[in-house]
Order: sequence, then structure tokens, then C-alpha cells
Amino acid sequence: MVSIRINGISRQFHGSPDMPLLWYVRDELGLTGSKFGCGMALCGACTMHVDGVAVRSCVTPVSYADGKEVTTIEGLDPEGNHPVQRAWRAHNVPQCGYCQSGQIMSAAALLQSNPDPSDEEIVSGMAGNICRCGTYQRIFAAVRTAAQEV
Amino acid sequence: MSGVQNISRRDFLKQSGIAGAVVLGANVVPGPMIAAVRAQSGGASIQPNLFVGIAADGTVTITCSRSEMGQGVRTGIPMILADELEADWHRVKIWQAPGDAEKYDPAGKDGQNTDGSRSTRHHLDVMRELGAAGRYVLEQAAARKWGVDAGEVYAKDHRIHHTGTGQSFDFGEVVDAAADIEVPTGAGAPKLKDMSQWKYIGRDMPVVDNYDMSTGGASFGADISIPGMKIAVVARPPVYRGKAKSFDATAALGVQGVEQVVEIPPLPDDKPAEFRALGGIAVVGTNTWSVLEGRRKLAIEWEDGPHTAHDSSTYDDELRAAAAAGGHVIRDRGNVDEALAAADQSLEAEYFVPYFIHTPMEPPAAIVDANARPVKVVAATQSPNETRQYVAEALGLEKSDVTCEVTLLGGGFGRKSKPDFACEAAILSKMIGSPVRVQWTREDEIRNGYYHAASAHRLKAGLDASGKVTAWHHSGAWPSLIALWAPDARTGHPIEYGLGLIDTPYDGVPNLRIENGEASAMIRVGWYRSVNNIQHAFAMNCFANELAAAAGRDPVEFLLELIGEADVMDLAKDGVENPWNYGDSVEEWPIMPKRLSNVLRVAAAKSGYGKTMPKGHGLGLACHRSFHSYVAAAVHVVGSGTMARSGFPRWTWPSTAAGTSIPKG
Ligand code: FES
Ligand code: FES
Repeated sequence: MVSIRINGISRQFHGSPDMPLLWYVRDELGLTGSKFGCGMALCGACTMHVDGVAVRSCVTPVSYADGKEVTTIEGLDPEGNHPVQRAWRAHNVPQCGYCQSGQIMSAAALLQSNPDPSDEEIVSGMAGNICRCGTYQRIFAAVRTAAQEV
Repeated sequence: MSGVQNISRRDFLKQSGIAGAVVLGANVVPGPMIAAVRAQSGGASIQPNLFVGIAADGTVTITCSRSEMGQGVRTGIPMILADELEADWHRVKIWQAPGDAEKYDPAGKDGQNTDGSRSTRHHLDVMRELGAAGRYVLEQAAARKWGVDAGEVYAKDHRIHHTGTGQSFDFGEVVDAAADIEVPTGAGAPKLKDMSQWKYIGRDMPVVDNYDMSTGGASFGADISIPGMKIAVVARPPVYRGKAKSFDATAALGVQGVEQVVEIPPLPDDKPAEFRALGGIAVVGTNTWSVLEGRRKLAIEWEDGPHTAHDSSTYDDELRAAAAAGGHVIRDRGNVDEALAAADQSLEAEYFVPYFIHTPMEPPAAIVDANARPVKVVAATQSPNETRQYVAEALGLEKSDVTCEVTLLGGGFGRKSKPDFACEAAILSKMIGSPVRVQWTREDEIRNGYYHAASAHRLKAGLDASGKVTAWHHSGAWPSLIALWAPDARTGHPIEYGLGLIDTPYDGVPNLRIENGEASAMIRVGWYRSVNNIQHAFAMNCFANELAAAAGRDPVEFLLELIGEADVMDLAKDGVENPWNYGDSVEEWPIMPKRLSNVLRVAAAKSGYGKTMPKGHGLGLACHRSFHSYVAAAVHVVGSGTMARSGFPRWTWPSTAAGTSIPKG
């Protein structure tokens, strides 16, 4: 059995400890904000926080999160008003939106660990998150804006 | 005019899907089509298919009948209406229409398929008229409430104001008095705003789904669950049109969460692929990870069939040879052979574009309950109407037995116009007796998706002593997407010719020939974004630049000379009658070389072209007409080909009279 706190709620999971967090959260808990893009840690669409650190949940087994605190996009802020989320809306970042949960979770973790990133640090910190629509300029600008607030 | 109707008290209301105390309806039909539709419907008033409702709390709800995939259709089209209506953008909601082409595309223009870069083009005028009509009835209603002349009131920022007293009503406060106000037609029809008064059109407006997309609340295909639903992934044949000879599901069935392993029967050999399910072994269970694990454990023996010999390097050589051979002349001006023979200098080059896969960020997913009546489909689809049609066929039903709801699409690019994935879900749902969600993976898409055609292009040109092009010869070969319907197709389709080849805009060249060589499709070839424009623009722009270099001339000046300054290029004089022109007539949407020259000049000016560049830097320009838009791009390249900074100034003219660009569109 695996015990995890997800978005502040304690959960027990009795299924396979090898199941990736992504599928546990999406299919078992019905929290669908975290997306499946590649399943191989290549795109970042599934990014969540485990104890505040961004992980690719598609390759992170639930067992890794045993006893830890997991935050998904749904739990980032109760009102959806985390500075990164507000900056995302202010910069009108999304196109199709599919990558954006992962982008936001990566940006929030980046600013958590480095509240005043340089331009290069933003670029390298966000480099693992792919946006097929190509919204990178707005992502960069939104991270910059959010950095002024956190 | 589109004949906007106030339907608040009419039967249409219940079909509108829109709530509101006042509901207006109109028809999305491009201008000239309206007469045809009226004639078809016996001159009676048309059943509306576009709606705007205004509720007592002031919320404005607008129909979106086309699919959102990041191109901004749920924002760009409604904001046209909101602008004319004087609505506050933050109080606008979108209602996503289900698949129903009879209703949402009565003129048969696009089958309610969101591709072909035409949504805005088809909606601009009617959305303006609908918005203006909404503003009109609200103004009339407010005037009635105040007992003043309607000339004394005006709508602004979601309120109706009275000029004399400075009083105002919120939109919601007047809807009760607006329900029976008829919208006049003809000379008295509500006036559209002057372009100078637009406050949303042409501006970067907040995306309507912005909040949901920033909080995880936006629903894409795989995010939908319905009661009793199972999840399935499919092991598909590694070779196109292959079949499973045998399979052993024992290990797969041992995975916790896997419930069944069933075969989707292979599509019979005599049936073209189209958008049908091709067959495979499906693993069905309670969660995605289990079925993925189960699929890994399947032991399948495949029978590869006739396409097993398809091998990229051999095939690429065949395409190259086919381009060199040409054979089907599709446009001919002057005498290219004589002009080439007489040229002072001639040049020949080959351009090759490999297969592209769409890889939308969201892999395809569809949910089907085949056992409900009507059958329920929820899918990330660009084409909900064809989804209904193909799902019905897969189930042996009629299209009218199937409904299709549309989710947000995490990218589409043409891939999601093809509902094979919904057909798989339908077949499985019928087989196992439960609703099913079929989930594709990234690898599925790359192994078994629809590919943009690989193509080879052989170009030849002759130059005179002054470095002017006297002959231009372009021969291209590619597997046609028509092979989806006609597997034996060996030549391109007029649609593919019309995608930037037959309309080669080099009107300044006296001798010009365009040919198509033969090739067979060995995989599913399907349209991708701007379709064949990709390879055509690439080949012709590269060649023009290479020619300029060979002639020792400035490439921009050289391109401008090739294109010429004609307002309209007449293909009929080159022996081309009725070219496919993005589904529109060339009279309405002519090919306009001068526009292309103009955008090229603007791109050159804005990119600083012509200034001395540091050593190792270069600026390259290209331009093309695609889907009635004229586009030029400048790219700054540094050193060994690393792109240091690229600027893509892009100008589009979606209408001939006014340059109207709806951002996010
Ligand atoms: S889905 Fe996890 S990184 Fe792509
Ligand atoms: S917004 Fe579409 S993939 Fe990023």
C-alpha cells in the first residue's frame, strides 16, 4: 500500500506500486489537469510537484511518492491564482492549452527554487517542457512577470 | 445579409443550445452562398445555426460550431460578434456545438470540418451582422423602457446608455423587453460599426479558455469519462494494412486492471482506408497504465501484406525519379523547352521533403458508447460530422443514429480531421458492451498515424544574359492523399495542385511549365497544416534564391521580378481552367501577384534587409500564397547554420477589400 498526500488530501493506493503517478492521478482520482503527452519524460505535459520538486509524473511510480506530498495543477492554488497562473492569464499564454498545466507546474517549481532567475535560467529551467503550438515567447514573458511577484 | 432573426419566442430556440432571455439566430454561410441556400430552402427563411443569447444576468452566450485546437476559433470568431454587440468580453461564454453539418454547414462548404484555414473567412461577415442585430434589439428594448426614441440610445461596454439623461441599463436589464423585437432587413438592417470603432477585432484578446487552461480545468479528449467506461489501447499492425495472424493474450490478461483482449477485425482488403479503423489487438481495462502494460505483454504474429517492401531510401529514390520524369503537364505557358535551349545560363536543382507526422501535443482519444441510442461519441475531433458518419458505418448504423460532442483539441494539424480513433472506440464498445475510451500514445501516432506526403521536386530554369529568368520548369511527385479513397491513385489531385503549385505566382516569367510525376501511396497519407504548400513553397523559394545567386543578383529583387506586379494572375491563359482555389472561385478570391510582391517588400523592409551584415550572418527571404493569404518571412541565420534570431513578419489579407486580421485566428 502506498500513502500519499495529494493536493492536501491523504490517499491510500492498493494497486500496483509501479503505476506512474500520472495514471494514478488521472484515472484513479479523476484529476485530469495533468496531461499525457509522451509517457517517457520527454515533453513535460505531465509535470507535478513531489515535495515541491517538479517531476515528470508519467515516469514516476506511485511508490516514489509514498509518504510524500504531491501537488498537481488543480492543487497549485485553491482559487487558481498562483502568481504563475495569474501571469499566464495576463500574458494570454495558451494556444491549444494542452501543454500548459505542465508548463505552469514547471515554472512554479522553478521560481520556488530560484525566485530571481536570470533569462538564461528561465530558458534552461523551462527547456524540458515542449509546446507544440510554439508559445515559448509568452511562456518566457509570463515566467518573468511571475518572478516579480513570488 | 444573412437574415438575422430574433428567435426568443420561436421554435428554433430549443435547438439552439443557447440559454438566454433573448436569442438571435443567423446562418453561417459565406456571402454569395446565401442566395443558393435560400433557393434550396424554397425561399423560406433559413433555419438559423449560429446563435447569440443574452441572459437576464447579462451573460452573453455565443455558439462555436468549429473545433478549437489552438488556432483560437473559440476566441477569434466570438469576439467579432462581441465587438459589434458592444459586449464586455469577460461576460461572454461559448457554447460548443456538436457535430451536425446539415445544420452548421447548410451550404455544404466545409462539412463542419475545422480545417482548410477557412473558419474566420466563413464567419466574419455573419458574426458582425449577428452582433449588430443584438445591439439593435437591446437598444430598441431600452428605448421602449425609457419611452424615448431609439435614436437617443446607444450600446457601449455591455450597457445601453441614454444620451439625454446619462441613464443606463445593463444588457441583462433590458432582455425582457427585447424578446419580440424583430430585426429589420434590407435598407433598415442594423448598421455595422465602422472599422475605426472596432475594439476587439484586430486586437490580442484574452483567450476564452484562459482560466480553465491555467488551472487544469480545460477538458480535452482523454479527460472525458462516462459511466461504465473502459479504457483501451490498440496494438496495430506494424505495416500498413497488415493483419494479426494470431495472438496470445495470456500474459496481458495477467496484468492487474486488464479485463479483456479483443481483436478489432482488419478492414477488408477491398475497402479503402479513408478514416476507418484498420484493425488490431485491443487491450481493455480499468486504467490507462494497465492496458499499456498489457499491450506490452501481448504476443502477436503479424502478416505484413503488400506494403512490407516499403522502405524509405528506395521509395525516396522512386520519388526523385518520378519528379525527374514528370509527365502530367498541369500548367503550360509559352515554350519552356525552346526557352531553356536558348538560355544563356541554365540551372537545375532537386528538393526533397520527407514524410512529416502531425504529432499533436495531445495524442488522439475518443469515447464512444455504441450501445446507447443515439450512439454517443465524445472526441477531440476537427470533424465531428464525419466522425458521426464513419462511426455509423463502423457500427452498421445511420449517421442520424450517432451524436458527436467536441472537446478541446490539444493540437490538430489535420490529424484530428480523421476519426479512425473514434471508429476503433465504437467497434470496441459494441464488442464489449460498455462505453470505451480509446487512447493513442505518442508512439502509436508515429507508427500508425497519417503522414504528410513525402515529395520530390525537380526544378529547371533558364536565364538570359542580363540574369532574367526566361524559363521556369517545376516537376513534382508525391503520394496523393486521394489514395485514402482510391488506393491506386498515381497522380496528384487538383486539390493538391491548387496548394501552391498550379498557382505558382511567378507571373513575370514568359515560359513556365508545371508537371506532376507518378507515385503510389504506401502508407496513410493525410493532410497536414498547409498541406502541399509546404513542399511547394520550400522548393520554389529555395530555387529562386539559388538562381539569384547563380545570376549574381539580389535575391529579393530577383523574386520581385519573378512575381511581377500584376493585380491578378489569369491561369486560363496558361491553359488552366477552373483550378481548385481553396474551394472558392478565382473571381472571388483571385491569385494576386502584386500582393505577394508587397508582403515581400514589407518583410524586406522590416527585417532590415539590404543592410550590411556582420561576417557569418545572412538574411533569407521567402514568400508564398497559401489559403488566399500572402505571406513573406525573413530569417536571420548565423555561422554554421545555427539560427540565432528569426523574425517572421507575417501579413495576411483574408479579404480582398479590407485587410482584416483577427488575432488568435
Ligand atoms: S507525458 Fe510525461 S513528460 Fe511527456
Ligand atoms: S499551447 Fe498547444 S502545445 Fe502548448
